[in-house]
Amino acid sequence: MFVEGLRCRECGREAEIAAVHVCEFCFGPLEVVYDYEGMAKAVSRDRISKGPRSLWRYADMLPMLPGTTEADHVDLGAGYTPLVRAPRLGAKLGLRDLWVKNDTLNPSFSFKDRVVSVALTVARSLGFDTAACASTGNLANSVSAHAAAAGMDAYVFIPSDLEETKILASAVYGPKLVAVKGTYDDVNRLCGEIAGEFGWAFVNVNVRPYYAEGSKTIGYEVAEQLGWQLPEHLIAPMASGSMLVKIDKAFTELVTLGLVEETPWRISGAQATGCAPISTALNDGTGFVRPVKPDTVAKSLAIGNPADGYYAIDAVRRTGGAMGDVSDDEIIGGIRTLAETEGIFAETAGGVTVATLAKLVEQGRIDPSARTVAVISGIGLKTTDAVAPMLSPTHTINAGLSDFQEAVKLDD
Amino acid sequence: MSATVRIPTPLRTATGGAAKVDVEGDTLGEALSDLEAQHPGISERLLDESGELRRFVNVFVDDEDVRFQQGLETTLEPGTTVSIIPAVAGG
Ligand SMILES: Cc1ncc(COP(=O)(O)O)c(C=O)c1O
Ligand SMILES: [Zn+2]
Repeated sequence: MFVEGLRCRECGREAEIAAVHVCEFCFGPLEVVYDYEGMAKAVSRDRISKGPRSLWRYADMLPMLPGTTEADHVDLGAGYTPLVRAPRLGAKLGLRDLWVKNDTLNPSFSFKDRVVSVALTVARSLGFDTAACASTGNLANSVSAHAAAAGMDAYVFIPSDLEETKILASAVYGPKLVAVKGTYDDVNRLCGEIAGEFGWAFVNVNVRPYYAEGSKTIGYEVAEQLGWQLPEHLIAPMASGSMLVKIDKAFTELVTLGLVEETPWRISGAQATGCAPISTALNDGTGFVRPVKPDTVAKSLAIGNPADGYYAIDAVRRTGGAMGDVSDDEIIGGIRTLAETEGIFAETAGGVTVATLAKLVEQGRIDPSARTVAVISGIGLKTTDAVAPMLSPTHTINAGLSDFQEAVKLDD
Repeated sequence: MSATVRIPTPLRTATGGAAKVDVEGDTLGEALSDLEAQHPGISERLLDESGELRRFVNVFVDDEDVRFQQGLETTLEPGTTVSIIPAVAGG
């Protein structure tokens, strides 16, 4: 319980702990302020390693409000996902020491379970009994699932053109599921307007300062799983840019808290070319994030007006990382390469990460000998539409032995 | 020309709690000047030192982000609604 309050990232004005997300003065995002001295005294490698095998092993480093106990955690077991070596993918891309953080293995099959379990835990502490969100799909799934388990009502807003599986994988948990005819940015705008009018915890609107902190646990886990060492390089997909910014923050905190030795790290960001406002702003040198109208197969990343774009650019520039973006064909290629080399079936966001990593290596913009971690943030079974046209049985035969022998004769 | 500005919750401390303010102006910039005349202090929260919209302030005229239109030069038809919305995190 080391939360002290909230502070505006833009102008530094402070605010009290409540369900507020923007600075009253300048509209900048509010961020949680911690007592790091107290936190440093409480946490240790030993204490963490004895904790639960979920993100709650880092509860001391999350924005838990005073009085929160373990029994209050909204917990479906999110986090502590595998960090696996990826030598075959590494060889294919030309990277000597590549690892994959496999966040497809979460309760609702994306990293969003991290942010949602933290957000709903805080929401309940603040007295809310209804959870809500604006979502490109994965967040909707996660809020629906966690609200069901916590016995909360849920209002979940999505663009109506989402992948069928992503709609279904929210609806099954029984939320009020509102499909809005428009883009995610339209959904967001609507939620921005109504968030103040209802007494709901909108996880990525009025509860956002707490919500966003949940993504730090990706960074904590990567370091712990590498034997309490920071990777030299990490690449993450970007929609709003929040996850990337929080992973970078996690590395900084681990150093501050004395949990890892301070070694240099670089953070890189990946986008789809059909929605690349952040990578465009970095790569054209202006640093000015101009909103776009998304048109990409990677619907989970289709945020044309990214709230954390500026901070993602700051983190990537400060650490000496890079950003890139990739076409729909490259995204689908990335999904297939990851599956064929490492046995991990990622959604389109994972295809974006792998394909962007390949491109940055090819362009000589990252060090091929650096220990690199690729964050694979969601599962392929939710975006089968994207790859279905290319995938089918390699042989279709009658059930006779000779039919089979005939068919495999042509294989090499 | 008159337009209606919808005021988001965090800004209502500057409008005495009003959720809507009717303003005069042919462009967004003029409308915001009139808003400032009615509620002194509000424009400082929307515009930076150089008079541009702050980077976390999203303004919509007729449901379209003004960064897809002419920014502060965007013209307002009579009866137009202007919405001011804080940026929302990802989803
Ligand atoms: C699978 C997946 N990966 C990555 C992201 C990007 O997250 P952020 O908005 O924090 O950049 C999303 C967001 O919607 C997502 O669903
Ligand atoms: Zn501020």
